[in-house]
Amino acid sequence: MFGAMASKPRTLYEKIWDQHVVERFDDGTCLIYIDRHLVHEVTSPQAFDALRLAGRTVRRPDLTLAVPDHNLPTTARLAPDGSRVPIADPQSAAQLAALERNAPAFGIDYIDAIAPEQGIVHVVGPEQGFSLPGATIVCGDSHTAAHGGIGALAFGIGTSEVEHVLATQTLQLRQSKTMEVRAEGELGPGVTPKDLILHIIGVIGTAGGTGHVIEYRGHVFEEMSVEGRLTVCNMSIEGGARAGLIAPDDKVFAYLAGRPYAPAGDDWDRAMEWWRSLSTDAGASFDRSVVIDAADVEPTVSWGTSPEDVVAVSGAVPSPDSFADPSKQDAARKSLDYMDLAPGTPIEDIAVENVFIGSCTNSRIEDLRAAAEILKGRKKAPNVRWAIAVPGSGLVKRQAEAEGLDRIFTEAGFEWREPGCSACLAMNPDKVPPGERCASTSNRNFVGRQGPGARTHLVSPAMAAAAAVTGRLADVRKFAPCQEVGG
Amino acid sequence: MKAVSTIRGRAIPLGLKNVDTDVIIPAHWLKTISREGLGKGAFETIRATPGNPFDVEDFAGAPILIAGDNFGCGSSREHAAWAMLDMGLTAVIAPSFSDIFAGNAFKNGILAVELPQEQVDRLLEVAKDEQIAVDLENQVVTTPFQDRFEFQIDPFRKRCLLEGLDEIGLTLGSESEITRHEQVREGAMPWLDKPSRRDAA
Repeated sequence: MFGAMASKPRTLYEKIWDQHVVERFDDGTCLIYIDRHLVHEVTSPQAFDALRLAGRTVRRPDLTLAVPDHNLPTTARLAPDGSRVPIADPQSAAQLAALERNAPAFGIDYIDAIAPEQGIVHVVGPEQGFSLPGATIVCGDSHTAAHGGIGALAFGIGTSEVEHVLATQTLQLRQSKTMEVRAEGELGPGVTPKDLILHIIGVIGTAGGTGHVIEYRGHVFEEMSVEGRLTVCNMSIEGGARAGLIAPDDKVFAYLAGRPYAPAGDDWDRAMEWWRSLSTDAGASFDRSVVIDAADVEPTVSWGTSPEDVVAVSGAVPSPDSFADPSKQDAARKSLDYMDLAPGTPIEDIAVENVFIGSCTNSRIEDLRAAAEILKGRKKAPNVRWAIAVPGSGLVKRQAEAEGLDRIFTEAGFEWREPGCSACLAMNPDKVPPGERCASTSNRNFVGRQGPGARTHLVSPAMAAAAAVTGRLADVRKFAPCQEVGG
Repeated sequence: MKAVSTIRGRAIPLGLKNVDTDVIIPAHWLKTISREGLGKGAFETIRATPGNPFDVEDFAGAPILIAGDNFGCGSSREHAAWAMLDMGLTAVIAPSFSDIFAGNAFKNGILAVELPQEQVDRLLEVAKDEQIAVDLENQVVTTPFQDRFEFQIDPFRKRCLLEGLDEIGLTLGSESEITRHEQVREGAMPWLDKPSRRDAA
């Protein structure tokens, strides 16, 4: 089970999979051990209730970590007198209270809404060193794929599976097919990991990775920061793949060293031995391979209501007739109708009333720095009604404030918020009004995703900042950082 | 899980591609701590459009939905399956499903049946006026016109569905294997156990 069974070359995914097989069944199903389980308030209450009903306990509370994020308002959580600000929505309050009750009742570590470590579960996991290379990580949220950025096998699960992991620390799974997305060359100026993953989803399609685990390989990913890798892997699910991962390297190890839940001392040294073996063997084969030339990737924007509906910012809204597939033509017509866009409209002519910088895709410190670099010394355009910057965790927020980024955001006309999922998914007070458009650093442009009738354009943090300044979707490459005058 | 065998009845010919989980159940319905009552919010945005197939009287209470490629893409919310179940849907036929939705459907006894696009197109046509049957035991979808479309299903899932097995109960049958794995893991990879929070360096 552990160690020397490698007779044929294996991919990184296959190595992690093999190491976690508890039992193989005749029908091809495997019982897979889960190393880390992250829990949030939305997809867990029914699982805890079902455990209670069946008289079951949590098998490994020590491998489980709970943090609220989806429902939590991003406005101030403490009143000036230090008391907790109550959650206005009674349903949200009840759901948050359920997690606050369930976690200690089942012996699970719980990061409270006002703790400095609180944040979006996929920001918190790596930041706390709870997520580790080579580990199997699950959470009742499809963007769990993000943790693949540190070399983990991480994927989203439904509530029945949350219950299954709580009760057994395992899942019944079938091994996925493997897909390699190789990006070679160099990303151009102004082109970020977000642009790259949007471009990749445009190439493979929103169902392109279904049934597969993606390994992102090649020079571009080797050069990429750990936070950039988290962004890329995060959106694997938008390409249909339940998980995406990147081989861990020294950047990952340096990122994890000293984190609160990360191993230390002898444990760290032993862990490093295993982590260093975590890469795809020479000669291992993938079921599918896609090659991206980094030079082809421009700052990328979504125009429709599926994450595969993307175009370079220098381009125009496509005509439905430009698609070969008749069902795609039909979908594009519906998308354009919902988005209120005419074919042929230059992307840079599209005005936005809202800008959202945040979400598990783009709310880490590098994201906030990239946006602040564009915003520094500038102000949001008058037609931008609402602009918010929502750090991914309390620690990201604290770091950003130490660097003075909060002032750059607020001076540019942004609201500086408390950590949470915010306007990514319209289940807390941060919503985009019907019929309005939002340049958003989040991950989904689905119909109604940011609020009923809201129109989402997915972009990178720098592009969101550029959109805020111009009041339209804008090409960040035309923005030199503002020159400081007289220091 | 309730045992499932044959599902026969009217089928809602939705046909759309990429029906995402935000379309199946928008996020504002996810604040519940129960599995019940989500049918009211199911396909809310589609049902708000005049002339949508859910409004057609013949399809009231229909147990089957027919959709396009990549049904259930997006979020892992099991609320999508609960909402469909609550509105009486126990089978979905589509050319493909997202992995997570297919798993959630299975856990709730909803049959997710994959058929090639041309067979789905034929069923969309038939469903306008006639009933359709999904026979799990024989892995076949039939119509009153002698159409007979065979489908594949994971044997483990088929057995669980036919016998209404409790998956957690099944897994707990492997208790000793799980414990053995944990013991080996503890020796070989002790850092994975009992991660305790320290003050950050």
